[in-house]
This record gives sequence, C-alpha cells and structure tokens, in this order.
Amino acid sequence: MDTSIWRPIIYLICFMAFAGLNAAYLGWCERKGAGRIQRRTGPMEVGFHGLLQPLADGLKLMSKQLLVPEGVDHILFRIAPILAMIPALTSMVVIPFSDNIQGRALELSVLLLFALASIGMIAILIGGWASGNKYAVISAARAVSQNLAYEIPMLITVITIVMITGSMNLQDIAMNQQGGFWHWNVFRLDKSIFMPVSFIIFFICSVAETNRAPFDMAEAESELIAGFMTEYSSMGFGLFMMGEYLNIVVGACLTTILFLGGWSCPFGLFPGVWWFLIKIYILIFTFIWIRWTYPRTQVYKLLNLSWKILIPFSLVNLLVTAAFIKVF
Amino acid sequence: MTVPIQCRPDEVFVLNLGPQHPATHGVLRVKLTMDGEYIVKAEPVLGYIHRMHEKMAEAGSFAQFMPNTARMDYLHALAYNHGYVLAVERAAGIEVPERAEYIRVITVELNRLSSHLLWWAAFLLDLGGFTPLLYAFDDRERILDLLERITGSRLTYCYFRFGGVYNDIDDEFIAGTRDFIKRLRSRLPRMYHDLVTHNIILIKRLKDIGFITPEQCRRYGATGPVARGSGINYDVRKNEPYSVYPEFDFDVPVYTECDSMARYMVRMDEIEQSLRIIEQALDKLPDGPVKAKKVPKILKPPAGDYYAAVEAARGAFGCRLVCDGGKSAYRLKLRSPTFCNLSLFGEVAEGMLLADALAFMGSLDLVIPEIDR
Repeated sequence: MDTSIWRPIIYLICFMAFAGLNAAYLGWCERKGAGRIQRRTGPMEVGFHGLLQPLADGLKLMSKQLLVPEGVDHILFRIAPILAMIPALTSMVVIPFSDNIQGRALELSVLLLFALASIGMIAILIGGWASGNKYAVISAARAVSQNLAYEIPMLITVITIVMITGSMNLQDIAMNQQGGFWHWNVFRLDKSIFMPVSFIIFFICSVAETNRAPFDMAEAESELIAGFMTEYSSMGFGLFMMGEYLNIVVGACLTTILFLGGWSCPFGLFPGVWWFLIKIYILIFTFIWIRWTYPRTQVYKLLNLSWKILIPFSLVNLLVTAAFIKVF
Repeated sequence: MTVPIQCRPDEVFVLNLGPQHPATHGVLRVKLTMDGEYIVKAEPVLGYIHRMHEKMAEAGSFAQFMPNTARMDYLHALAYNHGYVLAVERAAGIEVPERAEYIRVITVELNRLSSHLLWWAAFLLDLGGFTPLLYAFDDRERILDLLERITGSRLTYCYFRFGGVYNDIDDEFIAGTRDFIKRLRSRLPRMYHDLVTHNIILIKRLKDIGFITPEQCRRYGATGPVARGSGINYDVRKNEPYSVYPEFDFDVPVYTECDSMARYMVRMDEIEQSLRIIEQALDKLPDGPVKAKKVPKILKPPAGDYYAAVEAARGAFGCRLVCDGGKSAYRLKLRSPTFCNLSLFGEVAEGMLLADALAFMGSLDLVIPEIDR
C-alpha cells in the first residue's frame, strides 16, 4: 500500500474538483435537458450555449447578501447549508470509480454512505426548523418522514446485495460483478429472481432520498413556496442546491456500483473509469428526465407507496434471496 | 369524503396563504387554520385588486365602459365583451348583422380555448408538472397570434361593438384558424391526454379529491365546469341560448363524479367541443356587413331593467343593466362566475390536506381580477 502523503492529497483535490464541477454543471445539464424536453433552448446567453452560466450564477449568489431574518436560530440557520454539502462531499471518498481509483477503501463503506446520507436529511430538518417559517417547518417535517420511509426499503435492498456478495465493501461488490453485463447484480437471476425488481425499488428510493421530483415534497414549490429554503438567500441557498446535485451524483454512483457492475464493461472489454462515468450520467439523465415529465405526488401517497408497496416487496425479495443462497 | 378532525385550539396554527403565493395565481389570500398538514378552516380574503368597475359604468358612457369588461376575466376577455354588449344591445334594441354574430362566436370560442389551455398549464404547474405548461403555451400562442391579427390586442380585447364587431375577419385568419384546429386536434390525444390525463400520478391526485356535491353547487351558485363536473347540466349556450349558438351542433360535457378529475375532464372535453363550434361557424360563415347601421354615437337606451348572460370559460357571466334614459348606466351589476366558485372553497377544503386543497383550488380555475372586479 502506498503510504506517501501525496496520494491522499491528489485524490482529495481530484474528488473536490469532480464534486464541484458536478454540482455546478449538473445545474446547467438540468436546464439544458429541461429545455430540450420542453422544446426550447435553455440557457444560451452566457458563453457558448450558456456554458458559463453556472459560473455567472455562482458569482451572483456569492455577491448577494446572506440575509438572516429576525427570529431565526442564528447558529443552526448558518450550519444547515454547510451540513447539506459536507456529507455529500465526504461520500465521494469511499466511492470506487475504478479498481484503482478510490479515496479510501473502507471495509464498511456501504454503511458509511448511508450514515452520511442521513446527515443530509438532518440538514434539511435543521434548516427548515431554524428558519422559523411555517412553510419551512412543514417542509422539514415532510422531508424527515419521507427520508425515514424510503431509507428502509433502500437498506433492505442493500442487505440482499450484501448477502450475495458477502461484503460491505463497495470495491468488493463491484469486483464481484466484473465481466459481461450478465454478471451485474441487476441481471443475476440465479441469485434471486427478483433482482430487476429490487433494482427498480432501489432507484425509486434514491429518487425519493434525493428529494427529486416527482417526490420533491420538501420543496414543493406550488405548495410550500420553496420549503426549507424559503428563508435562505445567497450562498446559503447555493449550498443547498449544490448539496442536492451532489446527492444525485452519490445516488447514481451507488446504484451503479450495487447493481450495474461499477466500472465493468457490458461486453467484458476494456473495463475502466469511463464506463463508470457513462453509467452514472445515464442514471443522472434519467433523474432529470423523470423530473420534467411527471407531476408531483402527494405526501401521504408517497408514504403509502413506501410502506405498503416498496417495503413488503423488498422484504419478500430479501427472503427469496436468502432461500436461493441457501438452496443453490 | 374527508373525516372531520377534532383538535384542541392550542394545537392549531394559522397559515397565511398569499396574497403572494405561487399557487394562488394572483392576489388571492387564504387564511388557513391548520392542524399539521390538515386544514381545519379556510377563509378566502378578497379585495386586494378591487377597482370599482361597476361604479365606473355609472360614471362614463356605455362605450367608455367597453375596455373595462376585458379587465375582469382577462383570460376569457371576449366573453365579457360579449356579455356587456348583449345587455346594452337588448337595452337599446340594436340588431346585429348575422356575419358579426358568427365572428363573435368564432372569436369567443377561440378565446375560450386559450383560456382552457392556460388553465391546463397553470393547473399542472400547481401539481408540480412544469413541462405541460410550455406545450400548452405553444398552442395558446397561436390563438393569441390569430386574435391579435383581427382584434389588435393579445389579452385584454376590446373587439366587440354595439351592433357588431370592430373589424371583419379575412381569409388569412380563416386559413390560420383551420390550420390551428387541425394542429390542436392532432396534439390533443398525444401531448395532452397520453402524457398528462392518463398519468397515474395525476389520476391519483385528482380522483376523489375536492368533492363538491350538486347541492353545494346550487347553494353557492357555482356554474361552468365546476357545476358540470358535479353532474349539473347547465350551460348558458344551451339553456338560455344567445347569439347564433342554437345553429351549432355541440355537446355539453357533464361528469357526475363531483371530484377534481371530473372538472378536469369537463374542461378537456370542452376544448374539443369548442373546436367543433369554430369549425362549423367557419363553414357556415355568411357574407355581409359586420356592423349594424345607424347606431348612434351616444347611446341613450330607454329606462328599464335588462339582463344578459353568456357562458364564459369559468361559468355564467351575467350583466344586469338598469337604465334611466340617460347616456350612462344607472346601475350595472356584474355577476362573475369565479366569485361563486371560490365561495365553495372554504366549505370543501375543510379537513383536506394542504397539497390536496391547492390541487382542488387549481381545479376551480380562479381568476382573481374577476372576483374582485
């Protein structure tokens, strides 16, 4: 193992750059994608095809006053946006982009990722509650119940993967799926016939976990104005937005590693980081696509979907997988 | 449909929805008493853009009031033009040439289409779907272009005159309208129904939500798609025919489910019916003048009490005109449909969840300047 100090530093810089670029340019991608879906052009003014738009937006947000309204909890109000950003950034460390590109190969990296994802939810709770705005409080309550409901089926699905692989290390899980696409967990019907179903469950959960439409209950614009972000201006708002996009990246990475074979090539040729990137951006595009196609669901219907459909299905899947592993 | 909730007074809080809120589409304010996300009591607060239109009618001449009519329901302005013009024509005994009547029907129905398209767009926006907004605006834009050609304005029309219309329509308008009918007919099933109407999320959010009984409709005087969504077959165009509507073959869509989905479907079906009316009117369009001859510059209708009602996009719009023989109205009472439709909101929204209540509010199709007048 290379113990030189330079290795972690270079990784840190690269991951920060990757995260920063994604946080900034996914916003641009989203706007361009939305434009394409809605038969318009999207941002065009700043730079070639609006490529400098994220930069301009960032400068604008940074030059604005960070307004702290009267009657808010000052400390928590300022902590919340930072808390939204840090866990998402930290998650990047344990994600293996390829067999040799990984910040830190932790044995319990799956567990760590879920622990960090829950902190993101706490950021929303704190932000909403500290704002002292009724809409923000409603939004915070929604976010908590939603995240709680969707983490359960997500974790149960992950348990099936862990059972199949016998490891909680993301690197091992990905290594286990090398070779052609028939080795990917999503198609491994020999381990459990419900694997594609559990992939869909996991994907739905990760949409809900990242508070994306059609599950964007927490910032339901037409109901709660901007939800927990109502009182935030300037970079406070900017950090929440960047945190949201980073969470999408982390969610897509996790889905890719757990189900789509990480960096493996579908045809068994030239595995490498590019396959990983292609896969996560296809998933991210699906996120964007869904958001601009469907209307928003209702809070209690969202919870019903989790408690009445996703959790029973993922439990059945867990049992079936256990039986398959025992029998074969 | 909803279960009444029992709660202690110290467990509720007041949520001030509006006057600036994305879902109220204007300056409507609703004072909501909430228990968590459940609404215990909803009180609409009006009057933020009251402009005293009725009093203005008493101050100026009859013709001077014409532009005001377009500034109430700005989305279906031509129907308001029509209602007022009808009332004054009845008072002054003016005959309207047949071609003018046909042009009135064509433009009013085109305007109804644009109003329904905008409602559809805004409603989907309330439900969190942003993309349909742009599809509907694409189509609406074409209607506005057509109407701009002949009326000279895009939103607040002042096109009708006592005894006719301001401008004759030309061949280009007729060809453009036929093209538009073909275009909307081809887009309706795919872009409107496949993408949105049959969407499971939309159906789940609208079905069995916002239950308005026919009895409630009668009590509050609800008309238009709100009443027709509750199974009341009432359409001024059929029940108290005016203009040349009896000459056209069209249906009045009525749904008996009484929920938000029923109101949605009524409006979607009305789009198709309006297309049918326009098509027939274009086919039958007679030649002739578009303005009655010998309409005096200053109207002095004989003293009396006159009433005219038209079917606007949101329901029955009534004009009651009391004349004393002078050159301005003694009293003009405007009966606007949205005011009655909004009055329902408080009673129906009790016990609803906030998100459902806002979807329900969207299904009422509120236009605030018309409530406040």
